[in-house]
Amino acid sequence: MTETLPEQKPADGAPPSDPFDQDDLPAPHGATGALLRSLLSAHRTRVACAALVLLVKEAAVQAGPLLVAYAIDRGVPAFRAGDHGPVVAVALGYLLCAALSGLLQYVFVRGAARVNQDVLLDLRGRIFRHAQVLSVDFHERYTSGRLISRATTDVESLRELLSEGLQELVGVVLSFLSISLVLLWLDLGVGAVAVVSFAPLYLLIRSYRRRVGEVYTHRSTAIAGVIVKFAETMNGIRPVRAFRREEANDAEFAVLNRRHEHSNGDALLEMARYVVGSRLVANTAVAGMCLWGAYRVADGSLELGVLAAAVLYMRRLYDPIDRLGMFLNSYESAAASLAKIAGLLAQEPGVPETTTPLSLPRRTGTPGRQVVFDGVRFAYRTGGEVLPRFDLTIPAGQTVAVVGATGAGKSTLAKLLARFYDPTEGRVLLDGVDLRDLTTPDLRRGVVMVTQEAFLFSGTVAENIAIGRPDATRDEIEAAAKAIGAHDFIANLPDGYDTDVRKRGGRISAGQRQLVAFARALLADPAVLILDEATSSLDVPGERAVQQAMDTVLAGRTAVVIAHRLSTVEVADRVLVMDSGRIVEDGTPQTLVTADGHYAGLHQAWRDSLVG
Amino acid sequence: MMPEMPVNPASAPKSPERSAVRVLLRLWPYVRPVRGRWLGAAVVAVVASCLSLVIPLVLKWMVDGPVAERDPGGVWRGALYLLLLGVAEALLFGFRRWLVARPLSAVEAGMRADLYRRLQRLPIAFHDRWASGQLLSRGTTDLMLVRMFLAFPLTFLLVNGVTILAGYVLLIAQDWSLGLVLLTPVLPLVIVCSMFETRYGTVARRAQDQVGDLTTVVEESVLGIRIVKGFGRHRSQAESFRALSERLRGTELVKARLLAMIWAVITVVPELAIGAALVLGTVQVADGDLSAGTLVAFLSTALALRWPVESIGFLLAMSQEAATATERYFEVMDAEEEPDTASPTASTEDGPGGVRFEGVTFRYPDAPDDAPPVLDGVDLHIRPGETLALVGGTGSGKTTLTALVPRLHEATGGRILLDGEDIALMERARLRTLVSMAFEEPTLFSASVGENVLMGAGETAAEPELERALGVAQADGFVGRLPEGSATQVGEQGLSLSGGQRQRLALARAVVGRPRFLILDDPLSALDVHTEARVEAALREVLRETTALVVAHRPSTVMLADRVALLSRGRIAAVGTHQELLRSSQEYAWLMSGENQEKR
Repeated sequence: MTETLPEQKPADGAPPSDPFDQDDLPAPHGATGALLRSLLSAHRTRVACAALVLLVKEAAVQAGPLLVAYAIDRGVPAFRAGDHGPVVAVALGYLLCAALSGLLQYVFVRGAARVNQDVLLDLRGRIFRHAQVLSVDFHERYTSGRLISRATTDVESLRELLSEGLQELVGVVLSFLSISLVLLWLDLGVGAVAVVSFAPLYLLIRSYRRRVGEVYTHRSTAIAGVIVKFAETMNGIRPVRAFRREEANDAEFAVLNRRHEHSNGDALLEMARYVVGSRLVANTAVAGMCLWGAYRVADGSLELGVLAAAVLYMRRLYDPIDRLGMFLNSYESAAASLAKIAGLLAQEPGVPETTTPLSLPRRTGTPGRQVVFDGVRFAYRTGGEVLPRFDLTIPAGQTVAVVGATGAGKSTLAKLLARFYDPTEGRVLLDGVDLRDLTTPDLRRGVVMVTQEAFLFSGTVAENIAIGRPDATRDEIEAAAKAIGAHDFIANLPDGYDTDVRKRGGRISAGQRQLVAFARALLADPAVLILDEATSSLDVPGERAVQQAMDTVLAGRTAVVIAHRLSTVEVADRVLVMDSGRIVEDGTPQTLVTADGHYAGLHQAWRDSLVG
Repeated sequence: MMPEMPVNPASAPKSPERSAVRVLLRLWPYVRPVRGRWLGAAVVAVVASCLSLVIPLVLKWMVDGPVAERDPGGVWRGALYLLLLGVAEALLFGFRRWLVARPLSAVEAGMRADLYRRLQRLPIAFHDRWASGQLLSRGTTDLMLVRMFLAFPLTFLLVNGVTILAGYVLLIAQDWSLGLVLLTPVLPLVIVCSMFETRYGTVARRAQDQVGDLTTVVEESVLGIRIVKGFGRHRSQAESFRALSERLRGTELVKARLLAMIWAVITVVPELAIGAALVLGTVQVADGDLSAGTLVAFLSTALALRWPVESIGFLLAMSQEAATATERYFEVMDAEEEPDTASPTASTEDGPGGVRFEGVTFRYPDAPDDAPPVLDGVDLHIRPGETLALVGGTGSGKTTLTALVPRLHEATGGRILLDGEDIALMERARLRTLVSMAFEEPTLFSASVGENVLMGAGETAAEPELERALGVAQADGFVGRLPEGSATQVGEQGLSLSGGQRQRLALARAVVGRPRFLILDDPLSALDVHTEARVEAALREVLRETTALVVAHRPSTVMLADRVALLSRGRIAAVGTHQELLRSSQEYAWLMSGENQEKR
């Protein structure tokens, strides 16, 4: 097992296929092996101890036949002579060996499980933490299904390797070494045949590893495909039903499922090929050794007894060959999964956290903070410039509405301010401090963004609101809900604030979810609040409640509001009209309405929509 | 975010006396198609094991016979036999694996396909209750356990069982009194094993449920990534995840402790019996009651049985895990599919056309008993060709009412008639071709824009229909600018679109099939004013040809409709034109303008 783990080839040149589509994120050369080593390195001592325990246990088990020999050779004559000592010694010795092998077995299983579980815990944590740091952009392309696959089925295959691998590997190495040595010691020729037979075995193992490694890489991709489709269907079950997608989905799922089934079958067939090949080599070698030995006996250059012993050991030499196959099998399966995990872990977080944080100046006067976009240019990594060059200053406490057509760059502006992304050039400053220099807790006390998608996590309503500020008391949570007009509907849920959003009667409409999202923001009490189309599902009274809350609870905060409803825009201090990443109009709502510009047109259309 | 509460309505196994065997027997329908191959493989495994036992005998015969007698011909013959036996053994080993390789993968895939099929057809209420992570873990890790069980423990429990039985017969034949000594541990071992099985089953089940919870948290962390990032909660999110994984680790360690214990017991107890037999045998040999050769033969047989006996511990553990996985699988498979009351000769009463709600009541099946019904006697008539706006406060049941028409939920009382036909008596598939919907949350699937839109139409729909629908939704412009136009992949695995763009595609999907009945749930909420105005203009043309129910939150959407119905406290409080309701209903005026505060 000295070879390096199979690596994913780094994408070279212009990739015709997107690595995301292929579920084939490149990992730097050697990353897979490095990952496995770093996972195990913390447990080196414990792995060594486990191996030692296993060794001693094997010795205790092997003592059985020796004791049988001792009992017959010594115990019987002594007993006949009236000396019960040796028989008693055998009884005690056997008792001891039995107890020891049982105890060591117990210690080994528990110890190995501990190492195993710690490694898995570590790996799961790494995957999850890393995924949390990666950008929204990344997740939109990677999909939740693949991440689930990485954190569950891929981790599972490492678990298989760890739980059986150590025992098998130690057993295999031990048998091969000890028995080869014994054979060489008994007779050089017979031993040499055994050693020579390792060459074809080595070739066989190498080809098996290469072939099954490929199969497992396919399999890991295939199961992720199955999971992605599965998750997508379950999350969109309503439209699936309404548009009668069931049968089309069955057919699509069947294709993905079959691909996984096929890889699974391939892996098992590779194993079958390996078993046939390795057994053939082993059995041929045994026959060869017998023939060789028999002629040597005939020559008189080998004792009959030695050949008898050698013959018994020969068979046992090749016994662990199947176990080696099983080990290699789980090893390759784990390696393929680890390569995928390493590919994920190699993704650079779009917004790395600073190692030399600066702190924000204390707020003076208004609770809001000043926001400055200083020569900001932003382009998505996939290409296409979104903000060509952008300068903007928002004084503390100002409410700025941003309007413009889809694709004008409004959301990009919001995401830069919330530091979902970092600018390609230039800086975004909060009270003069670059966002990149703030720690996450500081940043989130400073800036909070509420988006259109009001996702609820499983858990209670209160817990969902408390995401805004995990240490909030129940009173504070209720106060936030009251301020946004969400208290009434929450109080009417079966268990009020303690209603589990997934359990009995916990159904919450889109509008209600947006209210919960606002309650979160109120609770977080940020200096700068960004609303990115966060009121779209609210009815008019709901929108009013939000405006009221912004006027009262959030008075004095800096706010950036992206909204289609000009009712929200009208209360802003200042309106920015964006087009193709540039600000084309900037002024108070009153002045812009009278100017003959873009905003005036929007405003007219909006007024028209209100009549009736 | 809050993983302390496992989201799993059926986490704990209910009946204490569930037996692993009975649960595993439920796999039979899936194994049945491959039973021939599986049995063949089991037989081959037994034969191969016997062959493996013969090879040492041939070796012994060679040493004692031809080699000792210096007979070169015999030596060659012996080596040839060995080679032949070896080749046969190798081929049988491979044959066994080859026999089951494809079939067992097929069993797993078949079970997964069935699960997926069933889940697609279970009531929406079922999906509301079950976190999708729990469903996913049933479809992945659980089924892998089942496949592994069929491939390995099931076969080897059989093979090892036969080996042990044969071994005991040999032992008792060799010396019955010593054989009885070796039989003594059987009873205590059986008792210990069955105790172990029950306890291990419970813990294995817990671990599997925890994997499901973990899956849920991973999924939610991606679906809610904007919230996590927007509030800078990735650390607390990671902590919750860690807490859950630590809980799983704890359970796994309990499992390991149980396994370690049973394994130790299974190792020690037979060893003790062998030790006792050794001592007794030695004494008997010394007394001359037994020959030394018999004792050696007896003990080597006993030692050869060591591995088959020891392996029973983890074979049982694996079987137990497979049993709980099977149990979890069937929890979903046993859930009742929606019965389809297909009556092809539908009662075409000569009732009034359009959509008619008659005393419709609805309460969610899982709602607490004391909770008031969501809909409590809704009477409403949408005339043929009419567009009716449905207005009501947040959480008044508007979305629920719309879900009743395509029977995503079933009305608990009253009936809904489409052109005089009771929908409860219609085949769902037919009903859903008549009724088309745009949901509050526009979900796109991983497919091209064109495929996503054309989902709403019959098989024959193609380019012209697509273009018309995109035009109605004012989506032709941005779709044309996508990298590959309407062939661009969108959805989870494709290009991500903005909320407004998705909403327009969902609208296009709803109208593409020119449905007889159209239901739009707040269809324009994410559009900017200009686009909204243009969509409204185009949508009016479509609405003229169809009977429509439009959930509206604001006056601009209400403007699409001919009349408006106000839903309040589970009933229709008022019906009329926008102007009439503005005058007659304070609640309506408040909902539309946000003013008129005396209502609150």
